[in-house]
Amino acid sequence: MTVFIPTPLRSYTRQKGEVDAQGATLGEVLSALDRRYPGLRFRIITEQDTIREHIRIFVNEEQARDLSAALRTDDEIHIICALSGG
Amino acid sequence: MTPHTKTALKPATGAVTLLIGTRKGAFLLRGDRARRTWKLSAPILLGHIVHHLVMDPRDRLTMLIACRTGHLGPTVFRSTDFGKTWKEAQKPAAFLKVPEGQQGRVVDHVFWLTPGHASEPNSWYAGTSPQGLFRSADGGVTWEPFSYINDDPQYREWMGTVQDGTPDGPKLHSIIVDPRDPAHLYFAMSGGGVHESVDGGKTFATLVRGLDVVEGFDAANIAVHDPHCVRLCPSNPDRLYQQNHCGIYRIDRPSNEWVRIGKNMPKQIGDIGFSIVLHPRNPDTVWVFPMDGSTVWPRVSPGGKPAVYVTKNGGKSWARQDKGFPRSDAWWTVKRQAMTADAHEPVGLYFGTTSGEVWASRTGGASWTCLARHLPEIYSVEAADLSS
Repeated sequence: MTVFIPTPLRSYTRQKGEVDAQGATLGEVLSALDRRYPGLRFRIITEQDTIREHIRIFVNEEQARDLSAALRTDDEIHIICALSGG
Repeated sequence: MTPHTKTALKPATGAVTLLIGTRKGAFLLRGDRARRTWKLSAPILLGHIVHHLVMDPRDRLTMLIACRTGHLGPTVFRSTDFGKTWKEAQKPAAFLKVPEGQQGRVVDHVFWLTPGHASEPNSWYAGTSPQGLFRSADGGVTWEPFSYINDDPQYREWMGTVQDGTPDGPKLHSIIVDPRDPAHLYFAMSGGGVHESVDGGKTFATLVRGLDVVEGFDAANIAVHDPHCVRLCPSNPDRLYQQNHCGIYRIDRPSNEWVRIGKNMPKQIGDIGFSIVLHPRNPDTVWVFPMDGSTVWPRVSPGGKPAVYVTKNGGKSWARQDKGFPRSDAWWTVKRQAMTADAHEPVGLYFGTTSGEVWASRTGGASWTCLARHLPEIYSVEAADLSS
């Protein structure tokens, strides 16, 4: 599946805006991404495995609320940086 | 404990670089040996919220930056070439994950960095918001919870909730390592009081006797104590000073009682502030930057007239130092990590303001010059002494 990377996280993905990843859940996909791009996951997921306050993650066009969200191989994942103030 | 070495009492003579943390990135302000000319660097990690930027005095090359961005979680970046290149920590400070169904804590930002003892190369301590104490044994590459306090029920009660803390979150700060003994530690919490360990963090004891709290609260309740900044005298490690939410204090160990030396400040100025700076060689000389703590707590220079106050007798009396500052209409605040001293003779003093100005005195506060303007809101200023 394709994961769309916002600009604040592209320092981890060598400036790639789209990357491929595999996993049956959102948690698995983000763990796989972190193995390839170390440090990325902690910037968007807390130590309690919750999505950080100013991060939104959409699977296709539906917002994922936690890491247990089930995924299909043709899903698109959008990581969005939102509403962090001036 | 052994007497403090005389090495620390020798005045520095080399160039000074100011390490400046701001709400939008970090900057280095490089001075010459005379501390007369200064050159501002390009921004470092532009856009990152930098709460603290600290050089390792043990090698004078390594620096750590405590930062996050508005969107992204907290981390630490490390430079081993005095700020030329930066690399992120592999394992940033994080609370332990709690079992499913329990409410675990989340580090919002790393607020404070302290290099470890000279005998423990690569050791660093970090304080976080909400209050957490962490340690790195590898120069800031990986961080682990330190001591038991992060998850101790009593400490958690004293830490309170996010709603109990300062406007951008309750903080653990002022981590101090006794230069004579790596096992002798202090830290402070806003809120949550001052704490001391003499066994390397295996146990901590409160150190709040003599401190005032906000009117109407019980000083026996550790949770309501709000130390803003605690410093240990380089020239007498048995003496500490503190700028508290409720006054300026001194303590001379082994006494466990703080003395409110701020009562000797002019009444119209008061003794409220964030920062406190100690002379590198004279334990009786201390500087503060008072702020307006009246009514709704504006937290600005009283009357819009900035001034540093100095005591040269351990707090018995204070003198105003405002030569060079605007005479009016300057509504500054200096935050707790944003004022510091170098080790030269006369001592150089430096502070950064919430309005993005850096001010300096080469004369121990007798006169002041603005070194930089138009920076983002300044959160921290440290003076890196580059004497050989």
